[in-house]
Amino acid sequence: MINLAARDVLHGWGKFLFTGIGLGLLIGATLTMAGVFRGMVDDGQVLVDNSGADLWVVQQGTLGPYAEPSSLHDDVWRGIAAIEGVAETGNAAYLTIQLTHNGHDLRVMIVGIEVDRPHRPGAPRYLTAGRPILQSHYEAIADERTGLKLGERVKIRRHDYTVVGLTRRLVSSSGDPMIFVPLKDAQEIQFLKDNDALVNERARTAANPAFNRPGVPGLLEAAQAGATQARNVNAVLVRLVPGADPAIVADEIQRWKRLTAYTRAQMEDILIAKLIATSAKQIGMFLVILAIVTAAIVAFIIYTMTLAKVREIAVLKLIGAKNRIIAGMILQQALALGVIGFLVGRIAAGLWGPAFPKYVLLLPQDAITGFVIVLTICALASSVAIRTALRIDPAEAIGG
Amino acid sequence: MKTPTRRSLILSALALAFLVAFGWIVTTQGPLAPVRVTLDTARAMRLERTLFGIATVEARRSYSIGPTLAGRVARVLVDQGDAVAAGQLLAEMEPVDLDARIVAGKAAMEAATKRVQSAQAAVLEAASRARLAKNSAERYAELRRKNFVSQEAADTKTHEAAAADAAHSAAVAALAAAIDEAKRAQAELSGAGSSRAHLRLVSPVAGVVSARLAEPGSTVVAGQSVVQVVDPASLWLRVRIDQGRSQGLAVGLPAEIVLRSRPDERFAGRVERLDWNGDSITEERIANVVFDRRPDGLAIGELAEVTLRLPAIEQALAIPLAALQRRGAQSGVWQVVEGRARFAPVTAGAISANGFVEIREGLAAGDAVIVHSAKALSDGTRVKPVESLR
Repeated sequence: MINLAARDVLHGWGKFLFTGIGLGLLIGATLTMAGVFRGMVDDGQVLVDNSGADLWVVQQGTLGPYAEPSSLHDDVWRGIAAIEGVAETGNAAYLTIQLTHNGHDLRVMIVGIEVDRPHRPGAPRYLTAGRPILQSHYEAIADERTGLKLGERVKIRRHDYTVVGLTRRLVSSSGDPMIFVPLKDAQEIQFLKDNDALVNERARTAANPAFNRPGVPGLLEAAQAGATQARNVNAVLVRLVPGADPAIVADEIQRWKRLTAYTRAQMEDILIAKLIATSAKQIGMFLVILAIVTAAIVAFIIYTMTLAKVREIAVLKLIGAKNRIIAGMILQQALALGVIGFLVGRIAAGLWGPAFPKYVLLLPQDAITGFVIVLTICALASSVAIRTALRIDPAEAIGG
Repeated sequence: MKTPTRRSLILSALALAFLVAFGWIVTTQGPLAPVRVTLDTARAMRLERTLFGIATVEARRSYSIGPTLAGRVARVLVDQGDAVAAGQLLAEMEPVDLDARIVAGKAAMEAATKRVQSAQAAVLEAASRARLAKNSAERYAELRRKNFVSQEAADTKTHEAAAADAAHSAAVAALAAAIDEAKRAQAELSGAGSSRAHLRLVSPVAGVVSARLAEPGSTVVAGQSVVQVVDPASLWLRVRIDQGRSQGLAVGLPAEIVLRSRPDERFAGRVERLDWNGDSITEERIANVVFDRRPDGLAIGELAEVTLRLPAIEQALAIPLAALQRRGAQSGVWQVVEGRARFAPVTAGAISANGFVEIREGLAAGDAVIVHSAKALSDGTRVKPVESLR
């Protein structure tokens, strides 16, 4: 028993293969789209995991520090550290800024972390090169996506920072790579104004009679010193003692400290459900459209392939081939096309995925789902062609 | 079965290559691939430890020179940057009526002196009268005994002698009063002179004027500075060191100083003094560092980076700090066991300036540990050691 489908394909294998590759690229685009969505979710997950925190304490009533601005005094940690169940706290400051490095623009999220000992909450949990920050000023750990190298110096606002370590896949929710700096530097970056603003502010204070009264020496200086303080942070990250219930501790903090605290699950929900909800819907729409387009194209290809074989099918019918054989041939070809397309697509997505500016995560279960969907679409698409083939009049083989 | 044609062989080979490529991509990219890691071994080494802080250049001794009374500035003789000697006049305050008061005091002093002279003359005159009256009283008493004069006349002479004596005493007392009056005038005059001297603002030390804070004609209150003088030999650095990283901070530690204006130069110094008062708000300790040789052109308030060298630890078993991880409250390292990651608890010690950490327990020399990893590790993660992750 010879396989009709294989014979037919071998007869015009070049065309068949190129059709499969073309289809594969389309499927690759679809898989990549799914990967982009998974990557966004995973970025959020990595952000939560890597901070090493069990609780995020932020300004009351805000969704901080990632989804909304939040501002706290940097000494509230003392009160939080005294609550039962809290093992360690770490102040953290987050700020997205635009840097210019070696003439090109770089959009980064500056993360201020406490560096007095390793593994404070907020510090990156693992590095891909270099070492953690040791100095309490002017050292930085940069994500590989910034393009910075170990030992390089990068100017952030007023000071030059030396890159001492590198991380991977630490990005903000909008995909900006992170640069970790000591907390006091981050506070300065965030709260200390530029020199022109400072001079202007001083002049304004000096012109204000309330702060510059004759006969009260020192009042103006005191007022100006009070105006240039940077004593705030965006969040306090809390690590709990093993076995403590995060919900209870969070409740305690909310009740007595008049702050808002989020557990890990809540923070994941904020980062994944709230922050990227719109983007996810956008990508979902695109996925649906891509799937419809793929289905339409597969149906169209198989239909034209069948129409090109009208004479041969008519001859088959003429020599008494059963419908099952003809239908099987078309279905097998459709499925073969689907398999080739899927393999090509998966390879293509695997190759071009890393080139994307944001992380693309190709999950095996997504690939399996995609495979099943591709084959289903191919089978459904071939049914149209099969109906057409079964209606062919055997007489077409000799007349026409 | 036919012999396979060349075409079908090529096709089969293509299909095979294709499947191999697919398999390779699935297993080496994405979630199914082993995590790439770099390894290093624990070894004994010398650990150089440092403390780091940001400092500002300050004057150890800064003199704010101003009046003791409110007043108007008359003259300012120096500008900032001028070198001044000890005792040099820097500025002067408006004396208002002080000069007139000194003139009045001088006149009062003169008058008092003259009154003393006149009182001295009056004493002399009274003394002479008293002597005369005493002599004639004695003569009359003699004559009365011989009954040459009446009792009346003798009594009169006795009375005149007593009155002259009393007048003499009065004149002596008036002289003492005039002398006291002269002393008072003298004291008042020197008081006015001292007030006048106080209006002259002189430098207490040899140094440099660091600020000229008031101009002639401006009114200043008592205690407000007109001129500031610093002793340039006393310039030092006020270093702020994070409390969490200040263990081992002590007087005498050698320091390496980088001034913000000269980032490529290194100056040597040492810790001169530790402040008892730390900063509880910024959670920093404060130390003062002096230069071994003070560079020229220091500006007060300039930022500097100060690195203090702590005594090194010899022959400590150490691993790169990046290898030290934490799981819950437990510090440890990841090791590779049969191609999989395994967490091994360790006790860490001191951290060196170049990023190595002392391991006190949990590792032996020569043990390999995972330093960097492409992903977060967990127990049993398949890992693949590589040279570097780039």
